[in-house]
Order: sequence, then C-alpha cells, then structure tokens
Amino acid sequence: MTIEIHDLSKQFGSFTALNDINLKVNPGELLALLGPSGSGKTTLLRVIAGLETADSGQVLFNQEDSTDKHIRDRHVGFVFQHYALFRNMTIFENVAFGLRVRPRKQRPSAREINRRVTELLQLVQLDWLADRYPHQLSGGQRQRIALARALAVEPSVLLLDEPFGALDAKVRKELRAWLRKLHDDMHITSVFVTHDQEETLEVADRIVVMNRGRIEQIGTPDEVYEKPANPFVYEFLGHVNLFHGRVHQGHAWIGDLEVDAPEYSEAEDLNAIAYVRPHDLEVDRTLNGEPALAAHIVHILAIGPVVRLELAGKDNQSANSIYAEISKERFRELQLARGDQVFIKPRKLDLFPNHTQNGSIH
Amino acid sequence: MTAIPLPQASPAPHKVVTQESPWARWILILLALSFLSLFLLLPLVAVFFEALRKGWEVYLAAITEPDALAAIRLTLIAAAIAVPLNLIFGIAAAWAIAKFEFRGKSILTSLIDLPFSVSPVVAGLIYVLIFGLQSWIGPWLREHDLSIIFAVPGIVLATIFVTVPFIARELIPLMQAQGSEEEEAAIILGANGWQTLWYITLPNIKWGLLYGTILCNARAMGEFGAVSVVSGHIRGLTNTLSLHVEILYNEYNFVAAFAVASLLALLALITLVLKTLVEARVAQQTSRGNHP
Amino acid sequence: MSIFKQYSVLPGFNLALGFTLLYLSLIVLIPLSAAFIHSAKLTWPEFWSTVTAPRVVASYRLTFGASFAAAVVNAFFGLLVAWVLVRYPFPGKRLVDALIDLPFALPTSVAGITLTAVYVGNGWLGQYLEPLGIKVAFTPVGVFVALTFIGLPFVVRTVQPVLEDIEKELEEAAAMLGATRWQTFRYVIFPAVLPALTTGFALAFARAIGEYGSVIFIAGNIPMVSEITPLLIITKLEQYDYAGATAIAVVMLVISFILLLIINLLQWWVRHRSIKA
Repeated sequence: MTIEIHDLSKQFGSFTALNDINLKVNPGELLALLGPSGSGKTTLLRVIAGLETADSGQVLFNQEDSTDKHIRDRHVGFVFQHYALFRNMTIFENVAFGLRVRPRKQRPSAREINRRVTELLQLVQLDWLADRYPHQLSGGQRQRIALARALAVEPSVLLLDEPFGALDAKVRKELRAWLRKLHDDMHITSVFVTHDQEETLEVADRIVVMNRGRIEQIGTPDEVYEKPANPFVYEFLGHVNLFHGRVHQGHAWIGDLEVDAPEYSEAEDLNAIAYVRPHDLEVDRTLNGEPALAAHIVHILAIGPVVRLELAGKDNQSANSIYAEISKERFRELQLARGDQVFIKPRKLDLFPNHTQNGSIH
Repeated sequence: MTAIPLPQASPAPHKVVTQESPWARWILILLALSFLSLFLLLPLVAVFFEALRKGWEVYLAAITEPDALAAIRLTLIAAAIAVPLNLIFGIAAAWAIAKFEFRGKSILTSLIDLPFSVSPVVAGLIYVLIFGLQSWIGPWLREHDLSIIFAVPGIVLATIFVTVPFIARELIPLMQAQGSEEEEAAIILGANGWQTLWYITLPNIKWGLLYGTILCNARAMGEFGAVSVVSGHIRGLTNTLSLHVEILYNEYNFVAAFAVASLLALLALITLVLKTLVEARVAQQTSRGNHP
Repeated sequence: MSIFKQYSVLPGFNLALGFTLLYLSLIVLIPLSAAFIHSAKLTWPEFWSTVTAPRVVASYRLTFGASFAAAVVNAFFGLLVAWVLVRYPFPGKRLVDALIDLPFALPTSVAGITLTAVYVGNGWLGQYLEPLGIKVAFTPVGVFVALTFIGLPFVVRTVQPVLEDIEKELEEAAAMLGATRWQTFRYVIFPAVLPALTTGFALAFARAIGEYGSVIFIAGNIPMVSEITPLLIITKLEQYDYAGATAIAVVMLVISFILLLIINLLQWWVRHRSIKA
C-alpha cells in the first residue's frame, strides 16, 4: 500500500497546523514523522487516518483519491498514545472486537476469530493475559495489546501516534526494538509519530522532520543525521555545536581557523554559523602547527566507550558550552583532566548564514 | 571541638497545626448534629411514629385500601413511563453534548436544566394551559372524548417534565471526563455507531446511568406540586401516592395519611441507600477519567 | 468561515441532537412558552394590576422573605455541617452524610404533613414551643421552617467538594506565619469556599421560592398573611381565573430564569477559582 499526500493544508482557527505538505510513503516501509510539539506531525497522522479532515489537498491510498473516504473504508490500523483499550472488555475481547463488529457477511466464524486472536496474542507474547482487564496490565503490555488489536483486522496501513510516549525509558527502549522486529516480520506499511529523535534514528526506514506545519527534510536516518538540510534539522537530531564566524568570497573564518567554503564564493563579508557534531571535533593538547580553537575543560563524562567533554571556548566563538566526544583510548592517550587547556579543530562542519546578525529576520 | 548537645525531643502529644482544639471540634460537631437532628432526624422518625400510632392493623388497612392501591398503581405507571423516556433522552443529549463540539452547546445544557429551576406549580400550570378546555386543543380533545388534564396522561406528562434533567445531568460530565478515544478506536476498527454505543459507551457509563435513574425515579414517584395541578384529585383515578397523602390529611384522617406517607418515606430511604452505594463508583470513574 | 460543528468521526450527531431538541421542545420549551403566550392575552395594564394586587404582593413578600431567611440559615448551618463532615471523624458519620440528601429524596407532601405534625400546637416540638409563645405551625414562621428543611442539602453538597479540595499547605503556611485557627479560617479558608457557598445559597433560594408541597400544610394559607405565591396560582386556577394564574406564573418564571442565569455564572466562578488554586 502506498500513501501519497499532495499539497495538504489545515488550519485550526488562526493556527496553521499543516502547510502545503507533500509526501510519499513507500509500500512496506516504516516511516517516522518527527518534530517538536506543534509541528503538525500528529495532525498529519490523523488526517491520513481519517480522524480529521484537511482544508485543502489530497490523500491517496494506492493512487486512489481517499481524501473523502470514511475511516472505515480506509482499512487503517491506529494505535493511540494512551492505548484507548476498551476498559470494560477483557484483553481477548479487545483484540477480537474489530472482527466481531463486522457485518454478518464479512464476519469470520467464532472459531476463526478465536484462532486469529490467540495467534496475535502469541505474536505479542501476551496470550497468558487474555482474560485480564486493561487496568490490570502495565503500560508496556497495554501498548502491545493495542497493537495486536489494530493488527487483528489486517489493515493495509498501520498508524501509530507517539506509541511509546506514555511509557518510561527502559520500557520504551524494549518496545522500540520489539516494534522494529515486528515490522521486519510483517512488512506492513507503517507511519509513526514521535518527538524522540533517538527513537526515529533507531527504528525508522525514513524520517520526515517537521516543524511548524512544514516538512524540513525527508531522508534515511543516516541522511538526516549526517547531511542535515538546515539548522533546524541539525539541532533537532543529535547534539550540535555552534560557532560564530564570517564568510567572504569562498572562505570562512572561525576564530583562527580558516576553511574553504566554495558554496559561498559570491558571499561578501557575511556572518555565518558553523555547525559541528561533537564527534567531529578533534581534541589535542598542542597546536601541532595548524590553527585551532583554544578551550579549557569544564566537565568530563567518562562513562562508557565514548567520553564526553564539556569545554569553554577562549575567544567567545561559541556562546554556550562546547561538547566534544572522543574515544576512550584517545582520552586515555591525552590524559585529560578538568581545567586542562586543549585545542579543538572541526573535522567536518556545515555553514549556514547567521540571519539574525545579517539583518534578516528568520 | 566538643559536640553541642541537642535538646532531647520529649515525646510530647502530637499537635497538628491545622486542627482546632478538641473541645472546639466537639462543640462544632454537637452543634451540627443538633441542627441535623432537629431538621432531618426528627421529621423522619415522626413519619413512622405517626403512621403506627394506632398499631399495625390500622396501618396495613390504610395502605391496602382500594384507593391507596390505585394510587400506588398510578405512581408506578407514571414512573415506569417517565424514567425510561428520560433515560433515552439523557443518553441522546449526553452523546451530542459530550462527544461533539458545536456552537450553542452551553445554551443547550442550560435549557436542559430549565425544569429544575421552574416551580412545580408552574410546571403543572403550563400543561393545563396547553391541554385544558380553554386551550385551542381542548375542545378537539373533548370532542374525541380524550382527556389529558385531570386524567392519567396529564399526570404522566407533568412527571416527565419535572424529571427531564436528572439523567442527562449525571451523564454529561461523566462522558466528558471519559473522552472519546475508545469510541474513536472502535470506529477505526470498523464498528458502526450503534455497536460503539452499545459495546463501548454504555458499559463505561453504567454507574452514572444507575445513579441518574435512581434519582429520576425518586422524583418521579414523589412529585407533588406539578401533579397536583393537573390531577383533578379524583379519588381512585387520578391520585398518585403523594396526592393521596394530601387527600387523607385534608380529611383529618391523619393516621392513614401518615401510613401512606411512610411508604414514600421508605422509598426515600431506599433511594438514599442505593444512591450512597453507587455514588462512590461514579466518583471513581470520573476521577479516573480518560486514562485508567 | 465559522462552522456549526467540528468534524468528528463519531456518528450519530444529527440523530442525537435532533432527538434531544425535539424532546426538549415538546416536553419543556413549548409548554413553557404557553405561559408567555397566554399572558400575552392580557393587556399590559391588566397584567400589571394582576401581578401587583395587594394579595399577590403580600404573597411575594412572604415567599421571597421566607426563602431568603431560610437560605441564610442554610448557608450558615450548611457550612457548619459540611465542615464537620469533611474535617472531623465521628461515629456514624457515613450515616449522617447519607441522610443529608433526605429533603431532596423525600416527596414534598410527606415533608409537609410531617413538619406540620412536629410543629403544630400539640406536636412533637410544638407542645414545648407554644407555651413559650412561639407559634410555628400555620404562621409565616412555619413557612420559614419548611423552606429551611427543603434547602438543607443544597449548601452542604456544593460546599463539601470545595472544602475537600482545599490544599492543606495553605493552612500550614498560615499557621507557620502565626495565624490562629480562627484567622486562618477567616482569611484563608472562608474566601476559598465563598464562591461555592454563594452558589449553594442561590440554589437553596431558587428552590425555596418555587416550593409548594412542603409548605402548604404548615403555612396556614391565610391570604395576606401566610399565603405563598405558588398557592395563589392554584387558587386562581381553581377559580378559573386562567389569565390571573398565568400572569403570576410568568412573574415567577422570569425570576426563575434570572436566578438560573446567576447560578450558572456563580458555578463558572467556582470552577475558575478552583483552577487557579
């Protein structure tokens, strides 16, 4: 099942929830809608589901215009953030519900329903809870049942609204891996909404980064993380250090550092910001003959294979703390301690014009 | 440096800072209980005492006498019609108001409260104005030998009027607190409206339904003012229990009046018991709300 | 573009709303409008003279006066009862709590004859009061007593939840700052329950002015002295003075609607006070 969104827009009163959204979901993929609250990701999901209507634009299922199709005819499965399990029914009855309410002609026999429900409960490894009620289950268990219930009616698309949002960290991690595996086994086209970038990087085939009703970037986790299209995506996915600098005719200066900036060959004395990931910062005790930025160590987090250094810059290139990530071996090699003077150099950076300083309002 | 000795904490009586002194407390309790005894307990005890003043035999005779039985029958009929109708109304109104957003919603909610704020006598009067002889329907009814006022239908209508809000007022906040996610989930899974209502919504509100029905029934069986106006006071025909009480009393047949009244008082007590039992359940549901 | 109703996947809106409006119109709205339509048959001077006739005005005085007094008493004692129920444990508390709703559940004619039996000259209390010169039954005082009985649950039940929700920290803070219990009550607790208390008062008042059954037995019903307005309506009806009865009913309806509006506003006030806290 492919899903296509064309020029979709929606307003709530004076608030623009979705602004000209264009998107294609490939069959069998696990697509994430990622963004901060208010970005429109949940609205987009609900429009795809049919729980909301858009003001303009189209939603196509398998190239067929389904914009006005009733929710029942869309054959979507929906998993709510707060599960929405039927509190007055047992787990078994919850999962069986979608099959039992079918019109007589399409309804499977009681035995068949029984078989399917048991199968699904075994799939989510909760068949032993079949006779319990939702309030007797933990959050993680409830979410798995909600998923089983949605799958029972064999939907063509699975939509999940912040499925792990209401769970605590450890359970969330477990369920993430579990969802990924489930998807790999079932290959059902799935779209899920989250504000947790770590989740998307771990789970999704492709990520749609959204902000204020617009799509900022679409790509694989690798693409979106390594080649962010703009500052917003940069900052939203993973940590990033910002350094102030200037760009002039194809060259950029950050403090003493000079780098080539061929994309800015036409630029005339422009204020710019360099975006550098923590793991792209080289740390050394000496200058080694090449220009670098001076800093001293404020804090060291040395737990695990990667050591995180919090640094304070000397020349005010960076208003906030600078974070560098180096390997444990490198850390031991340098024998770093709090207060030490070091020199840092970006191995890889991205430059974006500093709109606020250049007078334009972003 | 020698340690500074800390003062020993003596095991003093635990003084709660946010509590009055015990004697102040007991005075307030006694004051409150005296007020309640005077205004509540005394009348309650008096009903039964007066009813049994002349002994059990007179009591039983009074409540099994044909006019009394007819009154019981009429009371039950009125309640048996008013309560189910208002139940359906309550569910429909709560469905529209709690599950949807539309303009004029708060006006509708206030309109439902109207019968509460109207004097029972006025409630009866307006039905007399519509169906009485001097109204424009009146002559037509008379021609066809139908009577609404001063007959059973009028009593039923007046009873329905005064009990309209009871169930709706219970269900609306309850359903609002529960939200619509379960219903949305049911629709996505393919259920139609009636299946959703029957399998999902109604079971979730069952305690609220019960509570509202108990209150509605108590009022329906006990209504006096409105029914008095439309009834015509025809013994054995258009008297409910509460009207029968009045008739007996006005004839100075005090013991019989209190005997019949004691039945109604018993009904009130049963209502209170059931109400208390169900109340706890409803509060539980409303507070758990949308996320159990 | 403003829409009437927001989109929802849930079905049945038209059916539910349609039925609700139909039912409400047939049972409540159309009958109520009959009162206004009928009174329109009177010319304005006729209407005015009917509703301001001396006997009618006397009934207003009694009805509103006794209702107000009863509501005041209920406000005071209702607050006391609610306080005791919420704050102090004592044996039989649950029983007492359940009994509060008795005036609400008891049919009004039963209340009426019972109160009369209690306060009449040779009645349970009357036998002690009358020698002292306090005549309750068949006087305006009796009306006042009956209306107090009727309004009892309203104040208690509106104030109780608010008292239960008051944060303990507020009282603790006041105590730490040196306030006595009375000062804490006066400056911290009382303002917090005032909206609910006012609402309860208004509810008790509104119920009292329309009350009929509990009052007519104990009232005496002497015109110009102990006759309440609802009774006057019935008297006119029995004399086939439909216009007169309707005119007075319209006055009562208008006052009821105004009170309903005030009560809604008060309840809005209560809700918003509790959100702020």
